[in-house]
Amino acid sequence: MMQPVAQAIDVNKRYGSTAALDAVTFAIAPGETHALVGRNGAGKSTLVSLLTGLQQPDSGTILFDGEPAPPYGDRAAWRSRVACVYQHSMIVPHFTVAENIFLNRYPRRRGGGIAWNQLRERARALMDEWHIGLDVEARASALSVEERQLIEIVRALSFGARFVILDEPTAHLESAAIARLFAHLRSLKDAGVTMLFISHHLQEVYDVCDTVTVLRDGKRICTSAVSTLGKDALIEAMTGETAEPVAQTATFDRKASPVVLDARDVRGGCVQGVSLALRTGELVGLAGIGGSGTDDIARAIAGLAPQMRGEITVDGRTVDPAVVRSAIEAGVGFVPRDRHEEGLVLGLSVAENATMTIDDLLGRFGFIESRKRDAVARELMTRLDIVASGAQQPVGELSGGNQQKTVLARALARRPKVLVLVHPTAGVDVKSKETLLQDVQRARESGTAVLIVSDEVEDLRPCDRVYVIFGGRIVAEIPAGWHENELVAQIEGVSA
Amino acid sequence: MARERVGGANRRRFGLASVREAALLPVLVLLLVVGAFVNGRFLSSANLIDILGASSALALVVLAESLILISGKFDLSLESTVGLAPAVGVLLVASQADRGWGVHVPVWLGFLCILLTGAIVGAINGTLVVKLRLNAFIVTLAMLIVLRGLLVGVTKGNTLFSVPDAYLYLGAQTAAGVPVSVWLAIAIFIAAGVLLGHHRLGRAIYAIGGNRQAARAAGINVDAISFGVFVAGGVLASLAGLILAGRLGAVSANQGNGMIFTVFAAAVIGGVSLEGGKGTVLGAATGVLLLGVVDNLLTLAQVQTFWIQAIYGVIILLALALARVTSGREE
Repeated sequence: MMQPVAQAIDVNKRYGSTAALDAVTFAIAPGETHALVGRNGAGKSTLVSLLTGLQQPDSGTILFDGEPAPPYGDRAAWRSRVACVYQHSMIVPHFTVAENIFLNRYPRRRGGGIAWNQLRERARALMDEWHIGLDVEARASALSVEERQLIEIVRALSFGARFVILDEPTAHLESAAIARLFAHLRSLKDAGVTMLFISHHLQEVYDVCDTVTVLRDGKRICTSAVSTLGKDALIEAMTGETAEPVAQTATFDRKASPVVLDARDVRGGCVQGVSLALRTGELVGLAGIGGSGTDDIARAIAGLAPQMRGEITVDGRTVDPAVVRSAIEAGVGFVPRDRHEEGLVLGLSVAENATMTIDDLLGRFGFIESRKRDAVARELMTRLDIVASGAQQPVGELSGGNQQKTVLARALARRPKVLVLVHPTAGVDVKSKETLLQDVQRARESGTAVLIVSDEVEDLRPCDRVYVIFGGRIVAEIPAGWHENELVAQIEGVSA
Repeated sequence: MARERVGGANRRRFGLASVREAALLPVLVLLLVVGAFVNGRFLSSANLIDILGASSALALVVLAESLILISGKFDLSLESTVGLAPAVGVLLVASQADRGWGVHVPVWLGFLCILLTGAIVGAINGTLVVKLRLNAFIVTLAMLIVLRGLLVGVTKGNTLFSVPDAYLYLGAQTAAGVPVSVWLAIAIFIAAGVLLGHHRLGRAIYAIGGNRQAARAAGINVDAISFGVFVAGGVLASLAGLILAGRLGAVSANQGNGMIFTVFAAAVIGGVSLEGGKGTVLGAATGVLLLGVVDNLLTLAQVQTFWIQAIYGVIILLALALARVTSGREE
């Protein structure tokens, strides 16, 4: 019997107190296309970093073709074994295809100059060998995303590796490009290349893969031939068995509450006409994988999406999707996806960050009375339990959880009628996550309508209902009491 | 990353950072003491007032640059505005016999046109950098060259001596024994300090420089304010140009030439960050005074002018090293 191309035997990897990988054993047979799936935090990225030699396992063994993996740090040896194509391009845009393939390994002329003819010939030979019809003299910047990914795959193969890891290659692709990429992947497979395919789109697993391994909470749950594993069984493996419906604590009386957020026919970007309505005191989820359009919808409501159109009103006041101030004044509080990118000015104090949305209310003629500002800030800090040495501490010195709460404070400072949160619990620890969701719950009890954009089941659990977006449209509106499996299937776009 | 740094180490860095604001004051005092030994006249009130007077034009340009730097942008062309704006003002007023345009604009309107010239230059820079999102370094470098060329063009390379008396007032007159320009600079610095520290516009400038996207998401009109800062910078530079013209009683074709290096030096020595979001008016003022004192000392010590540039450069490097040590960050 042939040795597996790559094998992990009983590997463990811990980060602090959390086990990222817990005694994982799995093998990839020669020539197969093997899918690795799991929810966020299941351990996929960790496993990839172990298989590519970027990190060392705490214990356990990695084998290639039955032989022990190269020593940690010997990049050249690792590269000849395994290659990884990441979702973020590692291509130099202004270089030609040939230059990118042989980046920093250019054939030399005598005297040290680059042998350009030889470079092009070698690149062409590679293209012919793998049946990829790219012009080696084209600039990478002129190519489409999936063509650039092909450059990366060819570069990987040029190191001698016949095992390629594709880390969410389709995350930034549209369907036609995905089809073209898949055609190439199939021909590479026919030529004997083994692939490990990581994807959030389960349908793709069925389209291109032979075998699938499911990770959950750092453990390998199962490995199975794709053809024998139904979609229900696959989702069940990913989520674990949650047979009983999710308990719904707060009983929300729809009829008693007026509609406060009314968004009609929101479109633009990849969003193709989405309408949604929230009532006061209602907690609603907006679920969808990256690229489904959930972000754009949320940003349109917050006035941060100039590319979006739609009729959005909050309590009768119109929100212009391109004007932040219109959203803030209409009563929208916004917690953006990335707190470092859009949430905080790290060099400024907690007080200044928390009151940034109400800087027009803190004094006369636009002057800011620091006593008033600090009083407001301290009240918010107490309410949200923000731990800092004082209101004057620069927010950059706080922990991730407290930073995130400061962003929430900024959103709540104006007592919004609608609170929109995008991936609010990303990158915060478990404890902060809990308190954050409690704060959201409290805001909702005080009558604020809350829209949570997330694909994390934990964030969506307390929601009164969940809109599911797939491909820029609402594909389902699920009332509280859903099964995790059902929701995940809708989010991943594999529902029957 | 922040999580690990909370606590002792971090508080220490914060403590030193506030020391940084005052770090230049001891240096300034030290220089004054050294100065007293170098030359007996140094500490005389006449000499000290002289230093202030000589620094006031530079101070306004440094303030302009500081505002723009705090907002996270950059303007090299301020030095050209310092020359061009007063030249335009003189040309509009002066007769053709005095090398003017002979349009005989009233002096008060000429004065407004000086400020307007600065505002227009700022508006062009603002449009290119903020609205069209071009690189501020390249845009304002090109603008520096264009305006320099315009100044040489409109003056035909000559020095304009027919500066109206009203224009001389700021630079040449004194009030209570101190040049009017110094009073003006002090007033503007206080106003700017209050604005930056206690007005939403000022705080917005810090927020924009610290994180443009976060500022936008918080409802701050980032583009309008950023644009406004360029315009304000241009106006301040034109006012500085008028002060210089008053001090010299003339506008030469190379007024302001090379000034931008000193401007950046003073701002950076004063703790204004080139990365945006950081810096104070007090810091900028200290930076200006430090350079002013050094300049005066070198002159009094009769250091040959050939060496002054090199000594200036060394002082700037020392100040940067000091900033690195005290704030733990590169500027």
